[in-house]
Amino acid sequence: MKIVIINYGAGNIQSIKFAIQRLGFEAVLTNDVNEILDADKVIFPGVGEASSAMHKLRDSGLDTLVPKLKQPVLGICLGMQLMCNSTEEGNTKGLGIFDVDVVKFSDKVKVPQIGWNQITDLKTELFKDVSEDEYIYLVHSFYAPKCEETIATSDYDLAYSAALKKDNFYGTQFHPEKSSNVGEKILLNFLNM
Amino acid sequence: MLTKRIIPCLDIKNGRTVKGVNFVDLRDAGDPVELAEIYASSGADELVFLDISATEERRKTLADLVFRVAEKVNIPFTVGGGISSIEDVDILLQNGADKVSINSSAVKNPQLINDLSAKFGSQCIVVAIDAKQIDGEWIVYLVGGKVSTEIRLFDWAKEVEERGAGEILFTSMDNDGTKDGFANEALAKLSTELNIPIIASGGAGNIQHFTDTFIEGKADAALAASVFHFKEIEIVDLKEELKNNGIPVRI
Repeated sequence: MKIVIINYGAGNIQSIKFAIQRLGFEAVLTNDVNEILDADKVIFPGVGEASSAMHKLRDSGLDTLVPKLKQPVLGICLGMQLMCNSTEEGNTKGLGIFDVDVVKFSDKVKVPQIGWNQITDLKTELFKDVSEDEYIYLVHSFYAPKCEETIATSDYDLAYSAALKKDNFYGTQFHPEKSSNVGEKILLNFLNM
Repeated sequence: MLTKRIIPCLDIKNGRTVKGVNFVDLRDAGDPVELAEIYASSGADELVFLDISATEERRKTLADLVFRVAEKVNIPFTVGGGISSIEDVDILLQNGADKVSINSSAVKNPQLINDLSAKFGSQCIVVAIDAKQIDGEWIVYLVGGKVSTEIRLFDWAKEVEERGAGEILFTSMDNDGTKDGFANEALAKLSTELNIPIIASGGAGNIQHFTDTFIEGKADAALAASVFHFKEIEIVDLKEELKNNGIPVRI
């Protein structure tokens, strides 16, 4: 199985590569169009600030490629947010894969949300054998509100999308690569699709 | 529900784990990677590595250690100690660190906080603040508590937040090493006045101290070293007790 992690210069991707290694697979870090098209599974990571990450994605020409991919694609954290219509962070237009607009948490709660929260109302194969209310690790100031494409819900300030799915595209707001054994199970479910 | 975090801190010198009592008189407590794996599998929510080595090769040694930890550990970890530039941070994040913590360098050059959070995002920038009470006033200290400043803790904490820090790691030098509990009054004030997470550090001696810092100190996370390294407190027991006290924790 060929797994690629899209490398467009946005954040810590070493951890995802290592997590995949711990599951017994190898992943390639690349921004090469053909290599991405050729992969069985594509991981679209991202940490940092949305508008500069989107800028980097455009500069590498990958903004038009990602929405056309046919194999299973997993966006993580900012990667998931960039797959939405837009994000309030830096007033950034997204890839428009998920039909939802990312907004900032209100100041009723501490921002960013940092730490372990629970996921509920789990849907799809991504959460196969994952129990309701399991703990996952998140670090974020912006969130995707609940929508038709929500496949996992978390609660901070309000109930929001912890994961999204549309066709072959999946996105998690949490970091499966940092979410202990639960995260590894979710990552393995994705790799087994 | 977002849970309160328990964070073992591993002080690192030349690639080995050490823990000082009041930051002097160091004792060896083992191999960092092995210790990190044990903590990750025994319920720690996060880890902090604080490098206190002063050798010429420290940058490379630390980057190597970060790489080896990231390879094995499936929970997030923060690296701190001697970080003073964008390049320092870049190399640590590239090797697999999730967050970096800056301290003295931020006081000397506050713009560094803005620069780092703009380049890497607030979420990975922790500002560590060491402070002690002088005539009833909390004053910021540098270089592991050895050098005093004229900066007031609460002014500095506010500035740090405004400049884009994602989190504050507050160590009370008055409490550190005493095992008499955390500086909960100051912590509660920080937590109330600021809108970013506050990590409590310095003074953990028993399980009750953790309960107190989450309730009275309103801390979002609690960090400790020797009580964990020398097995005076098992994280599993600690979390069970926190849960019994109505504090949300990941079990």
